[in-house]
Amino acid sequence: MATKSVAVPVGIELRTAQRSQWTMALERFRAHRPAVLGVFVLATLALLSAAAPVVSPYDPDKTALLLIYEPPSVSHPFGTDDLGRDLATRILYGGRVSLSVGLLAVTVAVSIGTLVGVIAGYYGRWIDSLLMRFVDMMYSFPRLFLLILFGVFFKGMTIGVIVLVLGLLSWMTTSRLVRASFLSLKNREFVEAARCIGASDRRIIVRHILPNSIAPIIVAATLGVAAAIIAESTLSFLGLGIQPPTSSWGNMLNHATTDMDKAPWIAIFPGLFIFLAVVSINFIGDGLRDALDPRHVVRRA
Amino acid sequence: MGRYVLRRLLQALPLLFAISVASFAILKATPGGPLAAYEGNPSFTEEDRLRLEHAFGLDRPLPVQYLSWLGSFLTGDWGYGFASHQPVLTLIGERLPNTLTLMATVFVVVLLLAIPIGVTTALRQYSVFDHVVTGTTFAFLSTPTFWLGLLLIIVFGLQLRWLPLGGVQTPGAEFDIGDRLRHLILPVATISLVQVGSHVRFLRASMLETIGQDYMRTARAKGLAERVVVLRHALKNAAIPLVTVVALDIPELFVGALVTEQIFGWPGMGRLFLDAAFRSDYPVLQGILAVSSTLIVLSNLLADVAYGYLDPRIRYS
Repeated sequence: MATKSVAVPVGIELRTAQRSQWTMALERFRAHRPAVLGVFVLATLALLSAAAPVVSPYDPDKTALLLIYEPPSVSHPFGTDDLGRDLATRILYGGRVSLSVGLLAVTVAVSIGTLVGVIAGYYGRWIDSLLMRFVDMMYSFPRLFLLILFGVFFKGMTIGVIVLVLGLLSWMTTSRLVRASFLSLKNREFVEAARCIGASDRRIIVRHILPNSIAPIIVAATLGVAAAIIAESTLSFLGLGIQPPTSSWGNMLNHATTDMDKAPWIAIFPGLFIFLAVVSINFIGDGLRDALDPRHVVRRA
Repeated sequence: MGRYVLRRLLQALPLLFAISVASFAILKATPGGPLAAYEGNPSFTEEDRLRLEHAFGLDRPLPVQYLSWLGSFLTGDWGYGFASHQPVLTLIGERLPNTLTLMATVFVVVLLLAIPIGVTTALRQYSVFDHVVTGTTFAFLSTPTFWLGLLLIIVFGLQLRWLPLGGVQTPGAEFDIGDRLRHLILPVATISLVQVGSHVRFLRASMLETIGQDYMRTARAKGLAERVVVLRHALKNAAIPLVTVVALDIPELFVGALVTEQIFGWPGMGRLFLDAAFRSDYPVLQGILAVSSTLIVLSNLLADVAYGYLDPRIRYS
């Protein structure tokens, strides 16, 4: 976007500051207060988890039989669990697992979803119908049921496996969004123009259409991270996801059903962190939607 | 209309077929199976294995195995659960009513909450009420179902002792509708609170869009009562897309039901599935996958038909 100059009376030149599409989106995002708060909370959680060994004086796996079921205190802010391990420390280490699984699973899902959506939307015809029927089918299975089957199949999951499985089961929304966007863009003038000057399909897809479809992908990906964190924690809660002693926010609640009458903090705190992370991410997704989708902004205004 | 329904039904058939192939393939790909129990048994020779495989038909080509499975499946022979040795159809039949009770109650509760809340927040956009309610539902939307269930048990079951901790009814008690309802409250609240948020948000947005339409001004200009304008003219139109959202959320309902059944010891299909998964009880798993995905396909179909019925602008072409 070039600087606009209007030549009015001689000698005077009016200039508007150069503002790219992304600067404007950033401004709109910053106006969405819950989203900004979400970024702050999520960044804090991520930093604390990443710096877990520095922040916490305890070893996350060290059991202490004299300290089991200690209620929250100054030395153990969130109490201790059934093996006397410091809950706060395990939550920080669990944050590493849960947050990375969420982020990585969505990376896998968005990659697959974009690829499928591009092929279906750009090439159309039979390949489109075939892929979309496949998407319909994937939507018809309750996702958790398949996750459970995989969990049993792998006898619990390592981080790599859960990332892959979650990604393979969560790409459909992205593919539908990308396809819809490609369908509406592929016959527009700028694409025709690119085709006229001899651009290859690949170039048209990557350089001309995809950048214009990026907004809904970003929003879906953000909300997808929240969904992936919930899915991982649910699976780990059921004992089929991340296996102890590695802690994840979900598997820390695995024994909560039996412990919650004598040590309710075991059931409360890990879940509180899932909630904090998920609510922050959802707020960020909301803010991004407002910032990136112009139609949405018109309605808010 | 009738022809449209028929055509959509016919279109659902290939989908159901694909689902059955996929669930067959998934379960074939997983290790275990009927002969897993003999693995590592020294007196179980290679010869025995081949003989048993032949007896069970496991040595036949996969497509043949699939067709024979499909054939018996369609005629109501769903096999026997490995663990209980009871017919799968009986096992599911015992559990399905419990799950459907849970899901149907949640369905009604969610709509009863979402519609008035969605309408009110839209009519009073940016009011304190709007902010508080939108914020609260957003928070619940971000709460993991299992954690909410645990919290409700801790607060209302263990601390306040107002409600039972789980189960369908007080063990050993005679059937009593009041007792049943008391047991239903926490599981239903768990799923409903998580689900209501997305419907409220959707209906609020949809209402806001409708309120700005010209026919709303016309309705007011005609001198209609505000109640009539809001309910008959706005809500009726705004709620149409909600039908699709509600139908698309049904898989979520299954998931919510599974987790909730596990926490509250609710003997439904979700728990049956989980127990069967832990025991690699494939006939049961396959039966449940088939039932749940068929229900999902049918509910989507119902949503499409209802959508067309409610919105005459949609033509059945």
